[in-house]
Amino acid sequence: MNGFWGRLLEVDLTSSSYKEVKIPSTVFRKFLGGRGLATWLLWSELGSKWESVDPLGPENILLILTGPLTGYYPGIKLIVSGKSPQTNGVVGSAISSEVAVEVKTAGYDGVVIKGSSKDPVYLYIHDDRVEVRDASKLWGKTGIELLRMLREEVRVNYDLEGVKSLPPALYIGPAGENLVRTAPVNAKWTHGAGYGGYGAVMGSKKLKAVVVRGSGPLPKVANFEEFVKLWNELIKLIPTKNYWFKFWGTPSEYYFAGNRKSSEPIRNWQEEWHDVIEYSHHDLETKVWVRRYWSDWGCPLSCMKVSIVSIDGKYYLTDGPDYEMGAYLGSNLGIFDVKEFTALSALADNLGLCGIQTGNVMGFAFELYEKGVLTKEDVGYELRWGDFKVASKLIEDITYRRGIGKVLAEGTYRAALKIAEMKGLKPEEVLKYAIQAKGIGIGAHGIRSKADFPQPIAYVCSVHGGDHTSVAGLPINTIESESWKAFFDSAVVCWFNLFNIPEDTVIKFLNVVTGWGMSKDELYKELGPRILTLQRVLLLLGGPDVYWDPRVHDDNPPRFYEPLPSGPYRGKTGDREEVRKLKIQYFSELGWDELGIPTKDTLIKLGLTELETAVERVKKRLGI
Amino acid sequence: MSQLWIFRDFDKCSGCRLCEITCSLKHEGVVWPEASRITVLEFAPGVAIPHTCVQCYDYPCVKVCPTNALYVDSRTGAVLVDTGKCTLCGVCVKVCPARVPKVVKGKNYVLICDLCGGEPECVKACKGVGFNALEVVPKPEKAYVDPYITLPEVIASKLSSKVYKEFGKEVLGL
Repeated sequence: MNGFWGRLLEVDLTSSSYKEVKIPSTVFRKFLGGRGLATWLLWSELGSKWESVDPLGPENILLILTGPLTGYYPGIKLIVSGKSPQTNGVVGSAISSEVAVEVKTAGYDGVVIKGSSKDPVYLYIHDDRVEVRDASKLWGKTGIELLRMLREEVRVNYDLEGVKSLPPALYIGPAGENLVRTAPVNAKWTHGAGYGGYGAVMGSKKLKAVVVRGSGPLPKVANFEEFVKLWNELIKLIPTKNYWFKFWGTPSEYYFAGNRKSSEPIRNWQEEWHDVIEYSHHDLETKVWVRRYWSDWGCPLSCMKVSIVSIDGKYYLTDGPDYEMGAYLGSNLGIFDVKEFTALSALADNLGLCGIQTGNVMGFAFELYEKGVLTKEDVGYELRWGDFKVASKLIEDITYRRGIGKVLAEGTYRAALKIAEMKGLKPEEVLKYAIQAKGIGIGAHGIRSKADFPQPIAYVCSVHGGDHTSVAGLPINTIESESWKAFFDSAVVCWFNLFNIPEDTVIKFLNVVTGWGMSKDELYKELGPRILTLQRVLLLLGGPDVYWDPRVHDDNPPRFYEPLPSGPYRGKTGDREEVRKLKIQYFSELGWDELGIPTKDTLIKLGLTELETAVERVKKRLGI
Repeated sequence: MSQLWIFRDFDKCSGCRLCEITCSLKHEGVVWPEASRITVLEFAPGVAIPHTCVQCYDYPCVKVCPTNALYVDSRTGAVLVDTGKCTLCGVCVKVCPARVPKVVKGKNYVLICDLCGGEPECVKACKGVGFNALEVVPKPEKAYVDPYITLPEVIASKLSSKVYKEFGKEVLGL
C-alpha cells in the first residue's frame, strides 16, 4: 500500500485497552480516508442504531483520521469526526495540526476512540506504545495552561531529553469539559476543529488530550521521482498563486468581505456591509501582529499570523485572528476595534470555544435582547452591541454554563428552541433570529449579495449544514460542488493550499502517491457523491434530541430572505423560488429525489445498497 | 572554495518544516521528519528554532568518537559519519553543546547534517518558498560561530522576549 498503512489504532476508554484494526485497501479506494473513512466507519459501527446514539454518550466514537495525502501534499490537515452533537449526522471537522503527521509516522492512519472514562484521562501515543494516563490535574485547565503542564509531563519521553518544545497534542479547554455543544477540539494554542462540536464529544468521554509522537517514516509513495518533482513545484507555486493569503492570510477578508462583497456578519447579520477601513488586515498587521508568518507543518503558504494584545495588564495571544473568528467575535457583535476582537478570539481559543459558533450564538442573544425577547432579568446584565466587557463576560458564562450561558451553550438552534419554550413563544418566532443551518451556525460568508463564494444553496444543501468550508454548489462536476470538499477532506489536505491549483494537478498528486488511477470523472461522479450520499442519509436519520425534515430544514435562515439594508448591494436578498429550483437541480444531479433522499438506483450505482433499510427508516419517520 | 555554513535567521523561521521534509527526501528517500538532519523545535507561537549542526571549530563530537566514525569533510567543513564504524554509542550526542546528533529508531548510525555536499536542500526549500530563514554562506570566523553553539531552548527564550516583549517569559513559560 502506498500513501497509507491500512491500519488504525483503536482505544477503548471504558476498559482502558487498545488494539490495531486493519482496514482493507478497497475501503481506502472507495472512501480515501479522513471524512470519507469516518463516515464509513461510523455507518459500519453505529448505522443500525444511529437514531438512538447520543453523540455525548459513551456509545459515540471519536475519530482522528489522516488521509492518503496527509504529510505529502504541502500543508497539513487532520480530520476529527464522530456523530456530531450539533447536526446529529457526521461532520468531517478539519484542523491544522502536526498531530496528523505524528499519527502517520507512529504507523497508523488514524485513531479510533471508543467508550468513555470515569475519571479524566489523556491519551499518550509514542509509536507502538499507548498509554491512557491520569489527567485529574489537567482537568479544568485552559489551553495555554494545559500545554505548559503537558510539556512538563511528556518531555521526558522525547529523544532530545530536556528540550521543552511543544508536545504535538489535540486537546479541549473548559468548554469541551462542560459539554458546550459547539466546543472544538483544539491544537497548537489557537487552532480548532470547530464544526461538529467534537470538543464536547471528548469532554463526554472525559478525555482531556491526545498526545502523539511518531518516529518512523511516512508510508512509501508509489512514484518517488515524480513525487519529489511535483512537491518541489507545488511548494513554490502555492504561495506564488495565493500571495495575498501569504501576506495577510484570512484577515484580508475583514475589510474585503464587508466592504467589497457585502457578505460579512454584522450585528447578527442585520447588515453585511461596512466601511470601517480600520477594521482590516492593515490595522492588524500594524497593531497586533508580532509574526507575519506562522506556518503549520509542511506549509509554504503560511496564512497564519501571530497576534498579542494587552488589555488591563492581561495578555491575549492568538493567530490572525482568522477572519471567521474575528468577524463573528467582532463585527457580528458590533465590535470593530482590532485589539478588542483579537482579545475575544484569544479568550475563545483559550477557553476551548469555537469562535464562529460562539460569536453566532452571542449575536443571536444580543439581537434577542435588542428585540426585547430576552431581558435583563434573563441575562443578569445588559447585552449591548459593541461592548467588549459584556462580550468577554458572556463568553465565560457560556464556557462555564452560568445563567443564560447554560442555554446558549447548546448552540444557536437548540438555544432558540429552549428560549421559545421559556418565553412561551412559537419556535419560529425565535428561530427567525437564528442564523444557522441544521444545528450549525453559518460561517462568516453570506449569500445575499451573491458577490462572495457561497451560492444561494451553499448552506441549504450542505451535508455539514452551516459549514462554510463544505458548501454545496453547481455545476455538480466542478470545485463548486460539495463533492470537491468531500474529496479534500477525505484525501485530507488543506483547502487553502488547493486555491488556484488545477484539479488535475491535485488528482495527479494523489495518483503519484497512491499509485491509483483516480480520474476527475471518478472523483465527481462516484467518490464525492458516495461520501455525500452516506453523510446525507446519516444526517436525515439524525436523533436522538433533534431530527431534520427536508421540507422544513433544507432552507436558508429567514434572515437571508430579508433585503440587505446598506451598501452597494442594498435591497438584494435571497430568492425562495430560485433556492427551491437550484436545490432540486442539485439533488437530482447527485441522484437524490426532490427531498434530497438518495434513490435506489443511486445506491446501486455508488455501491451503497446496504443503505436501503436506512433510507426506509428516514422515509418512515417523515411519513413519505 | 571556502568551507560552508548554514546561516539561520531566527526572525524569519515560520516553523513550516519544509526543511525537514526535503532533508529526509534527499537523505532517506522518504518523508521522515524524525530522520531529518535539521529539526524545527517550536516553543511558543512563532518561536520556532531550526536546529542543526553549526560545525564548531574544535569539533568536540569528532574528537570524542571512540570508533573514529566521525570525520570532517575538509571541503565543506561538515561532520560526516562513517556508517560502518558508528556503533550508536551516543557519546557524540552527550558531548555536543547544542545536542545536535540524532539517534533515530530504524537507523543504525547517528545522523548529523552533511551540508548535502555543498548544496543544502533545506536552504533551497526555505529560499524557494520565500521565507529565507536559511542561507548558505562561507563559514564565518570562529568568533561569529561560537555564540550559535547553544541549545535551541536558549535561543527560544531570547527570541520570545524579542517577539513578545514584556510577555516573552510568560508566553514561553520556561
